[in-house]
Amino acid sequence: MSADTVPAPMAVVLRTEHLGRRMGDTEIVKDISLQVERGELLGVVGPSGSGKSSFLRLLNRLDEPTSGTVYLDGQDYRQLAPRELRRRVGMVTQRPFLFPGDVALNVRFGPTQRGETLPDTEVNRLLERVGLSGFASRDVTNLSGGEQQRVSLARALANGPEALLLDEPTSALDDEAKEGVEELICEVVRGTSLTCVLVTHDRNQARRMCTRVAILEKGRLVQTGTPAEVLSA
Amino acid sequence: MLKSLFHSQVSLGFAQAAIASVLALLVVLLARRRSIHLESDAAIALLRGIVQIVAVGSILMLLLKGPRWTSVLLLTGMILAAGSISAKRAKNIPGALKVSTYSIAAGAGVVTAIMTWAGVIDTAITSLIPVGSMIIANAMNTNGLALNRFRSEVLSHVGEVETALALGAAPEETVARYAESSIHSSLIPAIDNLRSLGIVWIPGLMTGMLLSGSSPLYAAIYQFVVIAMILASSGLTSLLSTMMIRSHVFSPAEQLLLRGAE
Repeated sequence: MSADTVPAPMAVVLRTEHLGRRMGDTEIVKDISLQVERGELLGVVGPSGSGKSSFLRLLNRLDEPTSGTVYLDGQDYRQLAPRELRRRVGMVTQRPFLFPGDVALNVRFGPTQRGETLPDTEVNRLLERVGLSGFASRDVTNLSGGEQQRVSLARALANGPEALLLDEPTSALDDEAKEGVEELICEVVRGTSLTCVLVTHDRNQARRMCTRVAILEKGRLVQTGTPAEVLSA
Repeated sequence: MLKSLFHSQVSLGFAQAAIASVLALLVVLLARRRSIHLESDAAIALLRGIVQIVAVGSILMLLLKGPRWTSVLLLTGMILAAGSISAKRAKNIPGALKVSTYSIAAGAGVVTAIMTWAGVIDTAITSLIPVGSMIIANAMNTNGLALNRFRSEVLSHVGEVETALALGAAPEETVARYAESSIHSSLIPAIDNLRSLGIVWIPGLMTGMLLSGSSPLYAAIYQFVVIAMILASSGLTSLLSTMMIRSHVFSPAEQLLLRGAE
């Protein structure tokens, strides 16, 4: 292999170091150390109650770790203001929880919190990117489940995050909508080199979407590797 | 009938209290037949109520002979007790006792002070204590209703609140909507009292004034004054408590603390 073809080392965007969370007597996340590189789509897979979502909530500090920490672009996230951290590490949850009003209001929500007004052109560009051209003035109550989840994705992207956390984003959708949202997430990740962490209980989904997979059991990280390596069974 | 059996006012009062309690307990037993169990709560509340009110009556008997400033001490004690009672409506919210006490003290205190300064409430203990206690008690109820409603609203909108936090919203902004609806619903009883005054009910204070020989018209107007004061103090208490409690449901790292079981 010539020097020209040696791939450049990818930047580590998110790194957890001995990350853990204890709730009373129960340790729901135990000593997890892993890293996610730029443009990577890391799947976090495990049975129900394995601590996947709890782990994800520690990454944008919606919950406080009781041990260890997370580094964002090499900086300990406890040194960042929580709002700044959450702007840089976006999140899409299983249920979209859209705010009452139209689609544009939802897409503008994040920038509005910082006193910025997202121009119409940018709103339309984001909506086009998630396959919802012309939806800006639609009331959110008139959207299907798949459309709502697409708005939720556009709303998270409007903050210009460096990393995106996806917590079972398709588990409440029917098969057709699920396929569409899966394709959309993969396109967004490929098109923008966005760093993603996807929590899913669906091993097939992880196989289809992820570049690397981490397996969690009882709050502990038991294996990481490519989907072919860890999801072969 | 009772009056012919009991010749002293105190023994007559206890007999009347016993009949009222028996009636209340009969209703509790009726509820029990429909599997609604209020027995222990109602019995404890009745016992506690009579002990407390008799104690206050005894203290008032002594205070009436004392200097006027003692009423300030008694009202302060009432505010502290009211803060403690209504804070229980905000279960699992850290700092609820402090928020409740400050809000009731400010809401009831400001209104009572202004009205006393303006001469609407007489500084005599016999006037200041009953009117002040009515204002404090209503501020307590409003505060309890506001905090209880706020707590339920936040608990039933955890997803919305955390979604907004995850998008970089300021914590207090994420619950502002629920604080507003809590203020509104907590003031419904005070507003309804004012609307129904004289039509649905003739409050105790007016009845007392009539019995003590005041002009019916003045008694009626003064009753309106008291109910309007109650609305003012309740409104101020509710505004303050919901404004202060908003920051108490979040950690310093802007995480929602008030959540259902994880």
